[in-house]
Amino acid sequence: MSEPIIELDQVWKSYETGAFTVHALRGIDAQIQEGEYVAVIGPSGSGKSTLMNILGCLDVPTSGSYHLAGQDVSTMTEAALAEVRNRRIGFVFQQFNLLASMPAWRNVELPLVYAGVPRAERRERAIAALTRVGLGQRADHKPGELSGGQQQRVAVARALVTEPAMILADEPTGNLDSESTTDVLELFDELSELGRTIVLITHEHDVADRAGRQLLVRDGQIATAVGAA
Amino acid sequence: MNWPETFRTGAEAVQAHRMRSILTMLGIIIGVSSVILTVGLGQGAQDEVKSQIDSLGSNLLVVSPGSTTSSSGVRGGFGSSTTLTLSDADAIADSSVIPDVKQVAPVTSSSVSLVNGTTNWTTTLVGSTVNWLDIRSRELSSGRFFTAGEVASSAPVVVLGSDTAGELFTGTAVGQTVTVNGSALTVIGVLESSGSSSSETSQDDTAVTPLGSASSVTGTSGTSISSIYVEGAAESTLGAAYQEINSLLLNLHGVTATEADFTITSQEALIETANSTNRTLTVLLGGVAGISLLVGGIGVMNIMLVSVTERIREIGLRKALGATPRSIRRQFLVEASMLGLAGGIVGVIIAVIGAQVLPGLIDQPVSLSLLATAAALVTSLALGIGFGVYPASRAARLTPIQALRSE
Ligand SMILES: Nc1ncnc2c1ncn2[C@@H]1O[C@H](COP(=O)(O)OP(=O)(O)O)[C@@H](O)[C@H]1O
Ligand SMILES: [Mg+2]
Repeated sequence: MSEPIIELDQVWKSYETGAFTVHALRGIDAQIQEGEYVAVIGPSGSGKSTLMNILGCLDVPTSGSYHLAGQDVSTMTEAALAEVRNRRIGFVFQQFNLLASMPAWRNVELPLVYAGVPRAERRERAIAALTRVGLGQRADHKPGELSGGQQQRVAVARALVTEPAMILADEPTGNLDSESTTDVLELFDELSELGRTIVLITHEHDVADRAGRQLLVRDGQIATAVGAA
Repeated sequence: MNWPETFRTGAEAVQAHRMRSILTMLGIIIGVSSVILTVGLGQGAQDEVKSQIDSLGSNLLVVSPGSTTSSSGVRGGFGSSTTLTLSDADAIADSSVIPDVKQVAPVTSSSVSLVNGTTNWTTTLVGSTVNWLDIRSRELSSGRFFTAGEVASSAPVVVLGSDTAGELFTGTAVGQTVTVNGSALTVIGVLESSGSSSSETSQDDTAVTPLGSASSVTGTSGTSISSIYVEGAAESTLGAAYQEINSLLLNLHGVTATEADFTITSQEALIETANSTNRTLTVLLGGVAGISLLVGGIGVMNIMLVSVTERIREIGLRKALGATPRSIRRQFLVEASMLGLAGGIVGVIIAVIGAQVLPGLIDQPVSLSLLATAAALVTSLALGIGFGVYPASRAARLTPIQALRSE
């Protein structure tokens, strides 16, 4: 077996909230291989989002280590982490997180702006990514002019546009109706078939069932691992 | 993110909140335009004083009776005593004694009533020599000036200022006669208007006669004079001429420098005195305007801080997508400097319009200075950058998750 793209070793995350300390993660050990499709499932408040933020280098563990593609994240500078997020990771959030003032294609090209891709190429690649999620005709629409499902597909296009090795999605279907949910999940299936590593966070079992493997999180710990490794 | 991208992002953010951007810039706009206008007003006032004093003649020194003990204190009835004489003027005119003097015009002046039939006009009767016209840089609009022969013979002729001629005569003045204290003087010429706008000491309300004629019609002694106009040979030697005249007169009057019974004034000194008042006022008003510019800068900081708080999710998202702290800092810095600079540019435009409109409203000339304009623009940009630094670094310091989580 090759070296895992994600390797968590006794990861703790604690929040100081006034009088007492909340331990959101209590010693997570996990490995995810390149190209795996993993669902992280668990009840609300179990620490799923906290876990994803650490996986996405948006936050750092209180203790324990996180190796991303073999590199210890805690040794990296802010600028280096920004580059990792830019090149290696594509995020999809529950609240879409699109910039309302910009048309769809400008939202999609944003990661390319920070990657230093020339302008003409950016537009081309943004339109291509939008076409891939079935929104090629909506490139010039602003988020407010799109349905929730369409907005989330724009967000998926944004996550795809840099061709990252890994896609992290935190409850991507949480705000969507069932039809849009199917659309978005089908997109993830396709990406998985193309070899992308996908970590999908959800609290819904029928969503988690699409993944190759499930990590069950309860009270900040991995409870059970279901499916093939 | 490279600079062109940063500028595009900044410009978009400024445009996206158009009303707020304009209100933010307002402080800078007011500050910049009032700095430029106050400096322009001060400069305009100085220019006006200079042109008035220049109109007296070029390279001019004026010797007056009486003395000043310091630049402020006046001793011995400045301008009223009769310590200057014609022989002083003759001595200054002697080029073997004072080589740096080009020409000299002794002057007497007294207030008289000129009469033409039933018309009666009070003016200043100036007695002088033929050099007066040239030394005072005056021209004639009609007729001629009196000759050396007429000065020597104290001929009863007079040259009138343009206003005086207008007051006394409806048609041509040249060839007519005016009566002063019962003596008739023939008008031989009328002076061209000096163009100076100062109404207090109008250069155009005057009557000039040969020295002897003036003293005979006013019945004063022929030797004491009210001032001596001296034209230096060149601007560069004016200081030397000043020294030469000073020591000559001290010698002639047999007094030491501390007892000097005369005063020599240069145009330079007159301009300096007038300008020092103007300058104080300009600095004062300019300072107030500068403070308002500073307040404008604080306004930019205030809005940028609000903007950072308001766009905290956007900052978090940009960071998640790969923005480094530096590119976030630059984005907000560029935005703040754009607000500053745009405010500055609008301020300059308003100042330029104001400089056209204002003189008509307050009867003061405004001369816009390129330097003040450039300085105000640079300052507004610097204010934008200076007051943008703090909000920008606050935005840059936010961790992506802090920023994304906030609702
Ligand atoms: N910034 C924070 N400050 C304090 N407590 C937090 C913070 N983030 C998460 N938590 C707490 O950590 C626990 C896990 O939260 P989260 O990871 O968002 O759960 P999930 O995504 O599974 O619903 C919760 O009890 C939550 O209240
Ligand atoms: Mg969550």
